[in-house]
Amino acid sequence: MIEVIDPETCTSCNICVNVCPTNVFDQTDGLPVIARQDDCQTCFLCELYCPEDALFVAPFADGPAPTDIAALKQSGLFGSYRRSVGWSDQTRESRGLDRSYLLFGH
Amino acid sequence: MMMPIPIVANGGTDMNSSRTERASSGSGFTEFDADVLVLGGGPAGTWAAIGAAERGARVILAEKGFCGTSGATAAAGTGVWYVDPDPAKREAAMASREALGGYLRDRRWMARVLDRTFENSNRIAEWGYPYPIDENGHRQLTSLQGPEYMRLMRKRVKQSGVTILDHSPALELLVDEAGAVAGAAGTRRQKQDNWLVRAPSVVIATGGCAFLSKTLGSNVLTGDGYLMAAELGAEFTGMEFSNAYAIAPAYGTVTKTLFYGWATFTHEDGSVVPGAASKGGRSAIARALAQGPVYAQLDQADASTRVTMRRSQPNFFLPHDRTGTDPFSQRFPITLRLEGTVRGTGGLRITDDTCATSVAGLYAAGDAATRELICGGFTGGGSHNAAWAMSSGYWAGAGAAEYALQAGQTRPRVVSRAGTVALRDGRDRPFSPAPLVTSVQNEVFPYDINYFRDADRLQASLQHLDGLWRRISVSGTADAANILRARESAAMLATARWMYRSALRRTETRGMHRREDFPRQDERQRHYITSGGLDEVWTSTRPTAEAILSEAAE
Repeated sequence: MIEVIDPETCTSCNICVNVCPTNVFDQTDGLPVIARQDDCQTCFLCELYCPEDALFVAPFADGPAPTDIAALKQSGLFGSYRRSVGWSDQTRESRGLDRSYLLFGH
Repeated sequence: MMMPIPIVANGGTDMNSSRTERASSGSGFTEFDADVLVLGGGPAGTWAAIGAAERGARVILAEKGFCGTSGATAAAGTGVWYVDPDPAKREAAMASREALGGYLRDRRWMARVLDRTFENSNRIAEWGYPYPIDENGHRQLTSLQGPEYMRLMRKRVKQSGVTILDHSPALELLVDEAGAVAGAAGTRRQKQDNWLVRAPSVVIATGGCAFLSKTLGSNVLTGDGYLMAAELGAEFTGMEFSNAYAIAPAYGTVTKTLFYGWATFTHEDGSVVPGAASKGGRSAIARALAQGPVYAQLDQADASTRVTMRRSQPNFFLPHDRTGTDPFSQRFPITLRLEGTVRGTGGLRITDDTCATSVAGLYAAGDAATRELICGGFTGGGSHNAAWAMSSGYWAGAGAAEYALQAGQTRPRVVSRAGTVALRDGRDRPFSPAPLVTSVQNEVFPYDINYFRDADRLQASLQHLDGLWRRISVSGTADAANILRARESAAMLATARWMYRSALRRTETRGMHRREDFPRQDERQRHYITSGGLDEVWTSTRPTAEAILSEAAE
């Protein structure tokens, strides 16, 4: 489930509010908030669309998993999904790396 | 390109009905006119919107979540049943899965889906999708990354002049006095108001029903379109083929099963689960899970395969990287999550080549529609569903546009709201959606009811489900905070009843439908099972196209 909106990096662009398919976030006068965590379907898409890598989705579907932001920053997991699919400036070249065709029919 | 015109309604509309109240309107209520309304913004809905717009129709696409991230494809990615137009390759592609599907496929539909998928995939390439180039310099079009594909489809929908309503779940269809569809109405959940679209044709592209099981990206897929269509009397087919379960880490949602082809499955004590396999051995996993924990480890992948896996499906590794597990060298607990009709093959019955349903003006596409025509009673993975979504979506959009621009415009239009449960005031208090969700899940999740079926257990379950329906059908109107989940839970309940009534009717084992009391395929039951109804659920049988042809030849 979505666990973290990093207040240090979030710019309140509210893209997450818009793109979340299950309407988990709410816009406020300040930073967006995780208003309905129980509705999170752990699809990781908010992370992909966050241009600041300010969001973190824990992989646990069935309940909250309190997450330490400082430790998370150490781990390098912020933005890791976006980098791996080639949606960050540094990794754009990897968008065409899908080699699933080598794996089908196994 | 003409754009749909929003009309802010102030005062009443000319809607009335003998069985429902007049549509009220006023502040916080926005009305639109369109030729085609598409419900759902996944692959099928976006292709439908594009197909309709290309025929000159004014199109509105209303999506419960966000068109581009919503649905089973966006979060996941999928193989695509894309086959070069070489007759030998096409023949092999069609023949390869016929037995698994219990020979309920229709070869004519398979061929036209292969043709359409070839055309549409090449359009996706023209639009700039970054398909990989193989070592021989050939473009490979058999796989789509979900986020990339659906971001591109959203862009193309907008470029086609389609109006997208995001976060705008449809709650009910509109119907005219002759029973033809006339649009739909719903809420805009981030604006706290309501919408109504008048349109002579509507495409249901709301996906299948995965019963809020948290299979990847599928919690928006609660059978909403089924319920709305059933309220207009639409028919279903193949709803017994609704017990697909996908492998996921026990704690997680990533139900991508391809890589489990390289897995070893073990019990708690480390012994191998006999017969367990991702393909052809998933039932052994289900039986083992009923006894205790089951673990997987992708230890059969060699070093180069491991590299290819990471590049090809980055999201498979998210749960592992985030729990500090190496899935190749360490085992991890797994579960099976119900995918219901998302990876099942049942859905709304298609009555012609334009993907029309049995209701005038109403079309169905993608997982909301039956996929029996190309897979029979089984889909092994996403590739047929992806091909079906882009093909049926395109045809439904085109068919809906042609209908709207010809016959639909001449129809008389006294329009009423067709929604029933949770939308109309019954005798009782409004029902609470959360307990209903749990009650339905308790009937459809258990392997010993849904995966491994028999008459006694299906009947006991149906008795419970029918009782739940009787209760909610006399409930009061849900308030704004609960209306969406109330309709979703009612749709899940209705879906479960069509599933189990159809499962009871098919007294054999065929495709994914597995009857423990009838463990063999019965040649006399090589037919389709039609179903429908809300207060009274009914089933009947229809012959296959081959049976009709052979009878005609005699």
